[in-house]
Amino acid sequence: MSDKKILLTMRHITKTFPGVRALSDVDFTLRYGEIHALMGENGAGKSTLIKVLTGVEEMDNGEIYMDGIDHPIINRSPQEAQAIGISTVYQEINLCPNLSVAENIFIGREPKKFGRIDWKTMNRKAGDLLSNLNIHIDVSKPLSNYSVAIQQMVAIARAVDISSKVLILDEPTSSLDEQEVEKLFAVMQKLKESGIGIIFVTHFLDQVYKISDRITVLRNGCLVGEYETDKLPSVELVELMIGKEIDDLAKLSKEENDDNNGKKEIIVEARELGHTGTINPFNLKIHKGEVIGLSGLLGSGRSELARAVYGADKPDQGELYFKGKKLQVKTPLDAMKAGMAYLPENRKEEGIIEDLSVRENIIIALQARQGIFKMIRRKEQEEFADRIIDLLQIKTSGKDIPIKQLSGGNQQKVILGRWLLTNPDFLILDEPTRGIDVGTKTEIQKLVLKLAEEGKTVLFISSEIDEMLRVCNKIAVLRDRRMVSELKGDDLSQSNIMKAIAGGETGDE
Amino acid sequence: MNKIKHIWMKITGFSLFFPLLCLAVVLVINLIRTPDFFRISMNNGVLYGYVIDILNRSSELIILATGMTLVVAASGGTDISVGAVSAVAGAVCIYSLIGGASSDVYRIPYVLALVLGILAGTACGVFNGFLVAKLHIQPMVATLILFTAGRGIAQVLTQGFILYVRKESFKYLGNFLPGIPVPTPIFIAALVVILTILLLKRTSLGLYIQSVGVNRIASRLVGLNSSLIIFLVYVFSGFCAGIAGMIITSRVYSIDANNAGLNIELDAILSVAIGGNSLGGGKFTLIGSVIGAITIQALTTSLYAMKVTADQLPVYKAIVVVIIVAIQSPVVKRWMKAVRHKNALSGNRKKVKA
Repeated sequence: MSDKKILLTMRHITKTFPGVRALSDVDFTLRYGEIHALMGENGAGKSTLIKVLTGVEEMDNGEIYMDGIDHPIINRSPQEAQAIGISTVYQEINLCPNLSVAENIFIGREPKKFGRIDWKTMNRKAGDLLSNLNIHIDVSKPLSNYSVAIQQMVAIARAVDISSKVLILDEPTSSLDEQEVEKLFAVMQKLKESGIGIIFVTHFLDQVYKISDRITVLRNGCLVGEYETDKLPSVELVELMIGKEIDDLAKLSKEENDDNNGKKEIIVEARELGHTGTINPFNLKIHKGEVIGLSGLLGSGRSELARAVYGADKPDQGELYFKGKKLQVKTPLDAMKAGMAYLPENRKEEGIIEDLSVRENIIIALQARQGIFKMIRRKEQEEFADRIIDLLQIKTSGKDIPIKQLSGGNQQKVILGRWLLTNPDFLILDEPTRGIDVGTKTEIQKLVLKLAEEGKTVLFISSEIDEMLRVCNKIAVLRDRRMVSELKGDDLSQSNIMKAIAGGETGDE
Repeated sequence: MNKIKHIWMKITGFSLFFPLLCLAVVLVINLIRTPDFFRISMNNGVLYGYVIDILNRSSELIILATGMTLVVAASGGTDISVGAVSAVAGAVCIYSLIGGASSDVYRIPYVLALVLGILAGTACGVFNGFLVAKLHIQPMVATLILFTAGRGIAQVLTQGFILYVRKESFKYLGNFLPGIPVPTPIFIAALVVILTILLLKRTSLGLYIQSVGVNRIASRLVGLNSSLIIFLVYVFSGFCAGIAGMIITSRVYSIDANNAGLNIELDAILSVAIGGNSLGGGKFTLIGSVIGAITIQALTTSLYAMKVTADQLPVYKAIVVVIIVAIQSPVVKRWMKAVRHKNALSGNRKKVKA
């Protein structure tokens, strides 16, 4: 396998964002006819590496070589990358659902006859392209008629037809079901046989082992290594991805033991609570001072469960008891007044109010709870802002600059601070450490444990299992919008959680 | 030298700099073309002069722009019905006062008629707010309904006639109160602006509106009732249109459903834009919009002073507006910023050399 000719080489790639070193000195090599998995946790630098390669981001340092081009290449835009044969299919499909399949494949480069679009040739060519990939559909129908999987393959067909040396698939399987994944893999296999080099970015371990030839692992922006897939056991891969050096945190003690929980007050209790279409009815009891984790794949319902509890999606079945009393949450404000806080998953879309100042972002939740007529005086606002900035060590050049000028980690701290200011009893933190630098990550994890020590209760959601193991006393696992198991005490281990996520032996075929 | 540059940069960075600059340019050009532009004289116990005229004539626009500013800020949309709504308010006021024919006899107390007129405007705002905030119809489409239907509603009340109120006291609101030399509309506009600013600053409404305008989803999650706030700004815009309708009808002591407040909604939107507010919503400055409204009226008045006829007016107005809006466009602003930045750098370098 290693005798295959090298197609693409990236050397010493370094990229810094304000406050974060996203990539430092990373090497990557891709061969002809190879499926190369790029693995790493969130924030490991996978997407930055892809962005540098495709010209979305400019690298600070490093060189990229491609077979057949005798000088280092620098892509300044995705178009430039495409021109030399590098194309990308993203997780969110960038096609036009209302146009036909054929139009989508040939948009911008339609075959012409007498200056007009030659529909017949276009449809025939599109049909040929897809049947080469073993997909037989009516290409004159609108794209939206077909499943996400087919749409994805149309995107791939288009990408391959435009330029076909390097194909990057960024999390292509995250919205596909099992059969669709199989189909996609067949297509990938076919492309591989034709000599195309495929870079496959994914979170799913089993898929990596099913399809890839080689794996490159990144961690915290550094290269861990390149491995041949069949020589690397999956347990080792997980270790490589997660690493062991953040030992500082391993020492963090989880104060609570399960034995105490019997005596502890129940803060939150959900009885058959559910929201049609996002989360099936679930039962959940959370004790005071507990950090409970929600684990599961993206789309498993972990965020949706949290949203139902907070009233972000108003639950339409079941009951919620908060501090022993039945609580009707119609809007987030009801939940907040009762003593809940909610840090949403998408910081940018749902968390920060980007044009408002750091100060305003900090006091907004408290102000919303106090109501429109009880305005917090300016002086008090400044005091609050100073206190939060100081407490969480937020790096900002002032409290009156727009929050959008802060780095991701500091934005997240502001949002955390916003909620701490309301002095909640129960905090829901959905991916609080996503996309932020390791230092801040550790700080936030420590803060969560400190809050629990002070008697606050935390619902913690993260796609990084090791992070959950560090901070949670109990982990509930979700699959297919259902709560499938609850792990605590000695059962809390990486492998048990993985098993529960994957569905273990009861999993459907 | 450096100090001057520093001050200059501070001034140009001030958010009201551009709106004020535009107004100043319009006024200076006037001064050159019409030397007695700023002269104010006293005739028959009231003040006369171009400046008074501009302030007087811009009153309705200022009131409408106040409501429009909040609509734009909270919803990122515009209320294009305000002109028609002020006609509705005027028609309701006059119809309830004198019935379906011109008259000099009041059927109900004058103050009650004013209240009814303003209530009618507010009711239109409730309708708009319901469509935008609850039914999530695009603001432009939602307010298009009353934009077209509003004048029809007014016509139903007036039966297609121009109704005159032949009573001297009816003119006070839109002209002069006896014994007071300053036109009444200026007081009303000032009152509306001051009360609105107090409402925004003394309560957290200003913060809520900006927050919802910047990020509706995030605002909801921190406990703000985004829909209610958007609803309220449309109600407020209708309320402002109602007040403007009272002034408009009093000015000509009549209601002409076809022409009262015609095209004024466009000037109101323009006032907001010229005031340096983003029509995409979010952060806003009410004073900016007020300056914008005065600028537009100054432009109109000064073009008249330069003997431009009413039918040619839109052409000249358009030219100036294009320039003003272009100066404030993000592209030009970015370019200005780059120049300032460069100046600052070279300034620093000189300092190092010295």
